[in-house]
Amino acid sequence: MGQFRQCPDSGFFFDKSADRLMKANAVAGIVALLIAGVLALGVILTRWQSIHLLPADTFYTVLTAHGINGLIFWIIFFEIAVLYFASSTLLRCRLAAPKWAWAGFGLMLSGAIMNNIAVLSGKSSVMMTSYVPMQAQPHFYLGLILFAVGALIACFVFFGTLVIAKDEKTYEGSVPLVTFGALTAAIIAVFTIASGAIVLIPTFLWSIGYIAHIDAAMYRVIWWAFGHSSQQINVAAHVSIWYLIIGVLFGARPMSEKVSRFAFLLYILFLQLAAAHHILTDPGLSSEWKIFNTSYAMYLAVLASLIHGLTVPGSMEVAQRSKGLTKGLFEWLRKAPWGNPVFSGFFISLVVFGFIGGITGVVMGTEQINLIIHNTIYVPAHFHATVVVGTSLTFMALTYLLIPVLFRRQTFLPRVAQWQPYVFSAGMVTLILFQLGAGTLGVSRRHWDMGFSGATLSFDYAGTAYMMMAVSGVGGVLAVLGGGMFIVVAVGSLIFGKKLEPSAGFLQSFALAPLAPEVYDIEQPEILKRAEKLPVEEHGSSGFHAPGTFVLAMILLVCFVVYYFINWDYLSSVWPMS
Amino acid sequence: MTAFQPPAEINWWKSPIGKDEIIWIGIALVWCLIMFFMMPYWHVYGKQNLSNEAYQTTPKKFQASVDAFVEKYKIGEEGGIPIVKPPAGSDVYLAGRLWQWYPILELEKDQTYRLHLSSLDWNHGFSLQPVNINLQVLPGYEMVISLTPNQAGEFGIVCNEYCGIGHHSMLGKIIVREK
Ligand code: HEM
Ligand SMILES: [Cu+2]
Ligand SMILES: [Cu+2]
Repeated sequence: MGQFRQCPDSGFFFDKSADRLMKANAVAGIVALLIAGVLALGVILTRWQSIHLLPADTFYTVLTAHGINGLIFWIIFFEIAVLYFASSTLLRCRLAAPKWAWAGFGLMLSGAIMNNIAVLSGKSSVMMTSYVPMQAQPHFYLGLILFAVGALIACFVFFGTLVIAKDEKTYEGSVPLVTFGALTAAIIAVFTIASGAIVLIPTFLWSIGYIAHIDAAMYRVIWWAFGHSSQQINVAAHVSIWYLIIGVLFGARPMSEKVSRFAFLLYILFLQLAAAHHILTDPGLSSEWKIFNTSYAMYLAVLASLIHGLTVPGSMEVAQRSKGLTKGLFEWLRKAPWGNPVFSGFFISLVVFGFIGGITGVVMGTEQINLIIHNTIYVPAHFHATVVVGTSLTFMALTYLLIPVLFRRQTFLPRVAQWQPYVFSAGMVTLILFQLGAGTLGVSRRHWDMGFSGATLSFDYAGTAYMMMAVSGVGGVLAVLGGGMFIVVAVGSLIFGKKLEPSAGFLQSFALAPLAPEVYDIEQPEILKRAEKLPVEEHGSSGFHAPGTFVLAMILLVCFVVYYFINWDYLSSVWPMS
Repeated sequence: MTAFQPPAEINWWKSPIGKDEIIWIGIALVWCLIMFFMMPYWHVYGKQNLSNEAYQTTPKKFQASVDAFVEKYKIGEEGGIPIVKPPAGSDVYLAGRLWQWYPILELEKDQTYRLHLSSLDWNHGFSLQPVNINLQVLPGYEMVISLTPNQAGEFGIVCNEYCGIGHHSMLGKIIVREK
């Protein structure tokens, strides 16, 4: 039996042990997403004040589990699959140490289950941030630690695979851009997990009584070194996937390898900073440090994202124009495959991530502006734009690609898949915009009752705030529906999807004999060739290769500038303080 | 021929850069620098800044300061919580604890007070509404800010850091009177 199989449709070569690991990690991630999504319904229907579904204790339990399953388990399991894909599959290389990779998977899975047991038992409703001195049960922390150790092992399997690929010369020249981006993500992940260990291990020891006291401010500083950089893993991962998707769909190559790689390097250099934007209103930290840190030195990681924001759609535009879609500024975009959920999911996520997630993030990460935003519902609204419509929808789009390529199944209910990115993002964007509004009116996050029942004193939020939370509730229900559509298509494809025979895969790997050894039984694929040099051609106008994208980028900039100064103006209207 | 093939150039760092990219990088960099310098600028010319004045303390010590403060300037009570009216320009103490902001403050409009904030137990969030000023309040740290109420009326202090099952009922008050 050869070590590799080739997907006859896409041409990708899969190492069979990597193949099984990718499937296992992706499936585990999707199960976590299912849990997060079911719980999301409880969260949103409680925050919709006139429905106010759950009692307070259940709400806080459900919110804790929603956050952890969504942000940590779904995303990281899926990212591990992406790391294996970007190393083993893209470089046509066998996976380093598959046994270790399975051990890592086992640790992650047991950690995730252990943590969920702690939370869902109702005795560890501490939110994902678990700020001390509020205490969860010991197995809450232990579960997270096991999960992190497993993820660390996976990162080293990834690094090992890169080393093997280089040694065994499975590719020519430098690694492809997508792999380069994934490498960025993995490097940031190692830093992240180290910070996680520094904060979670003492906290675990404290929860079982070995350590008497943990400083509340110190905890937040280190927790966010971990919590913040883990978000940057997501950015690096989903940007890499954007490049992968435009490569697969359009044969696009980066406008300039140098620019795109340089932008990834900026991520490595500066993304670890900025943890301060979570603790801008904390006592005991100096403004100099806050300003330097919250701005990633001088917004150099933001610069990197702005660059990718141009080069990702720009590369797509160049590829489309070279195929003759050159009319006007936007023919390349109008004639894109909007009915293909791989494309629509990717493109929507790009737009929402940039226009909403990026802009709100930088605005509220400004030292002084944070005063009018910290811990309001504006914050979850911001990160549902980044991590849900940005990262999660990108992962969903990739899943639609992987169903035939990796799982070798036909998509189950393709019409549902076709609509899914639209339904999901319409709901999510509604939720996001109205929670941004409610947050601007001061509505608190992580809050069971904006009517303050049971309080000795009283305070009433503006009627508009209630209205906005209700509309965001409608959006949320629609988003949960859209999320459900994804689960139905993904899980349905694995169970009921027509098999694209034959396969070395997961659910059918035992029963079916490979039919075509030349495709399914390959000892070692031939070397991955470097891209051919492009002839110097001109498809854009007046020296611009991607004029349409450039216009879009300028629109983004204008929105950014206007919204940024609106917030300074708002800040200048609140009580003076110094 | 794609983003998942090795680059065509032997040395990718020598690959050419298009005009669109270079212009955009220039514009974006300028914008990043503007945003960066807005923050120090606001420290000098803006009126809403955090002081960075903070002290390590203990819940016991802070409780004692609050109690002394309440004792000295108490003028009434609402729902069992003392209402305290400190002289204009003085030091004012406010504690967050499960699940109450203690005490209720009565201040004068357009006077500046030194507000001392700390928590007696867990993390809390000071969220002055509807003004919308939000500060993190930690046990063991006493943050001091100079605050100048410039509107008269009654203001709520919502707790916007999750602090357990009674979190949503943690509501305080600041009353601001015209001079
Ligand atoms: C499917 C539809 C979803 C809906 C309707 C939804 C809704 C919400 C709402 C309303 C909150 C804020 C509640 C509050 O602070 O009071 C929240 C928090 C959160 N959500 Fe979602 N969400 C969804 C999907 C997701 C996904 C896919 C992820 C992860 C990628 C995610 C990650 C989080 C996190 C991390 C929090 C913060 C929890 C905390 O404050 O500790 N959500 N969600
Ligand atoms: Cu509180
Ligand atoms: Cu609270």
